[in-house]
Amino acid sequence: MKIHEYQSKKLLNEFGVPVPKSTIATDKETLLENFRDFQSKAVLKVQVHAGGRGKAGGVKLVDNSQDAVEFADKFFGNLFQTFQTGDESVVVNKILVEEASIIVSEMYLALLVDGSNQSINIIASPEGGTDIEEVASKNPEKIFSLPVNTILGPTDFHVREILDFLNLDKTLFSQLNKIIRGLYKLYIDKDCSLIEINPLILNDNNEIIALDAKITFDEDALFRNKDISELRDLSQENEVEIKTAELGIKYVQLKGSVGCIVNGAGLAMATMDVIQSAGLSPANFLDIGGGADEDKVSKAMSAVLSDGNVKIVLVNLFGGILRCDVAARGFILALKDSDGTPPKLIIRMQGTNSEEGKRILSNTKYNISFAENLDQISQILSSEE
Amino acid sequence: MSLKIDDNTKVIVQGITGKEGGFHALRCIEYGTNIVAGVTPGRGGQMFNDTIKVYDSMKEATHETGANTSLIFVPAPFAPDAILESIYSGIKTVICITEGIPVNEMIKIYKIANDLGVTLIGPNCPGLINPAQKCKIGIMPGDIFMPGRIGVVSRSGTLTYEAVDQLTKSGIGQSLCVGIGGDPIVGTTFINVLDYFIQDEETDGIVFIGEIGGTKEQEAAEYLKSINNTKPIAALIVGASAPEGKRMGHAGAVISGDSGKAESKMFALKEAGCEIVIHPGQIAETLKKII
Repeated sequence: MKIHEYQSKKLLNEFGVPVPKSTIATDKETLLENFRDFQSKAVLKVQVHAGGRGKAGGVKLVDNSQDAVEFADKFFGNLFQTFQTGDESVVVNKILVEEASIIVSEMYLALLVDGSNQSINIIASPEGGTDIEEVASKNPEKIFSLPVNTILGPTDFHVREILDFLNLDKTLFSQLNKIIRGLYKLYIDKDCSLIEINPLILNDNNEIIALDAKITFDEDALFRNKDISELRDLSQENEVEIKTAELGIKYVQLKGSVGCIVNGAGLAMATMDVIQSAGLSPANFLDIGGGADEDKVSKAMSAVLSDGNVKIVLVNLFGGILRCDVAARGFILALKDSDGTPPKLIIRMQGTNSEEGKRILSNTKYNISFAENLDQISQILSSEE
Repeated sequence: MSLKIDDNTKVIVQGITGKEGGFHALRCIEYGTNIVAGVTPGRGGQMFNDTIKVYDSMKEATHETGANTSLIFVPAPFAPDAILESIYSGIKTVICITEGIPVNEMIKIYKIANDLGVTLIGPNCPGLINPAQKCKIGIMPGDIFMPGRIGVVSRSGTLTYEAVDQLTKSGIGQSLCVGIGGDPIVGTTFINVLDYFIQDEETDGIVFIGEIGGTKEQEAAEYLKSINNTKPIAALIVGASAPEGKRMGHAGAVISGDSGKAESKMFALKEAGCEIVIHPGQIAETLKKII
């Protein structure tokens, strides 16, 4: 689960990690008021769930009220795009007003889980304030990755190693120590899946400060972090994805014309690959999950049908506990409820009561092709191209 | 780390009185698995299916039955404790089906299982099955499997069934199939299972199924190269059509660069001598060419 920068910074502050002074504005009047509180010199930052805000013009150092008004008018309530959002866009409801910092050096610091060493890793780089993936590919030696022992947590000698790697003066040990231990405690206490500080800066007062902050959380742990769940901002998420998630359906909207409904994440990805290899594009990823009944199946179909780009719906249910006759009834329910022209259906169902499922679907007016296996799905799709 | 299933494999089902645990315990018994007990705290003394005794604790159940394997269906918030209870009761192989366990819990459990020499499979996995031994410790549909000499290892559940269905329909049976699970931290990795298959005299060839994200496939490829493997392996990587950044965390890509992508995984496995399955519908066909 993603949260905004201003929420991340509030958490950092609670865990003893220094951040610049700031206030959050939800309208132009508050923004101007806050701006004047900073003696009319501040950094304005749009709050959206996407990286690349700076490059897209959503971060600006402003030193007069007129520019502040202009910034507020340009962004409040409007849609915003960055290279990370792609063709989609997210709405700007909040703007952070933050005191301007004088930067001596910019660094990178992150915590995340690395499956290859089954640990939380601290990632550090002296090359901050830039796209870290670029640093990783061009200068991998500038990235330091340190697996943390889960029983010990970070230790003093770890901090000294990082201090050294970041080219920071030894006198800054206690500052960095407090930051790293604070970040690690936050990561553990709140079940984060990523904390990324880019940049972490050294300012003209010899203070280490988190100038930006991105935190994401392990959704599987939200049940024990109610305070974190409350930070969720639904305005930044895809509506269909929100609705399906509530039903335990994993749905991700994509851009193609072939919708798909599959049981299991791996088979869902394989099905998308089959669509692509037939020269078409998947309209979504959808894993219907376990324990699907007629209602859940019907809602999955409705979600796929709600996407206006969908011309074909491919159903690939295999070997699950799901009864195929129940699924068939669910599909028909959703098709009946849908307004537009019904799409072409390609159905592969194998498992409990699959013959009955096929019979139910055959007795409808819909344009349905049945497939026995993935190769047959490919052939039918190729003929549709 | 042993994945061996034989006549001595005795299984306890943790969470047997739950809906899912009960359903799958019955399917396992039908398949032929020797399920000797169930455990649900607070339900000790009950009988499951009139034949299986339910205990309050793993300690009691293992002591009474001599079980060496456990199969876990406990809901995610309580599953970490169930795994630990299993480990500390002396169980040597723990299979955890539960999906949605917090990653931070798995980091601790992985370390404990590893330190104590316990084989943990999963979580968020379909389990494992040995058709010749008629032993299924998991949730896979038993009827699609056939005894034979091909090992199957996969990160995914239903995609494993897809692969096995293709194999069985082509007349190719399986020695052992293991779903290692789809979570970032899993107890048993591709390398552990490959290592078992390569040494296993019952296994002549391997089907390897990976997917986008992380670097587990590349690590497997490195391992295969390091041991100069000669057993034929057909490898499928799914997710080539998935867009970047949707599933993987942004910073997860920091260390690995482009390595989370399907193409770099395929490249690594090809370099390691695997035959790459180019279409998910051609798993069995690809394997046939190399065995």
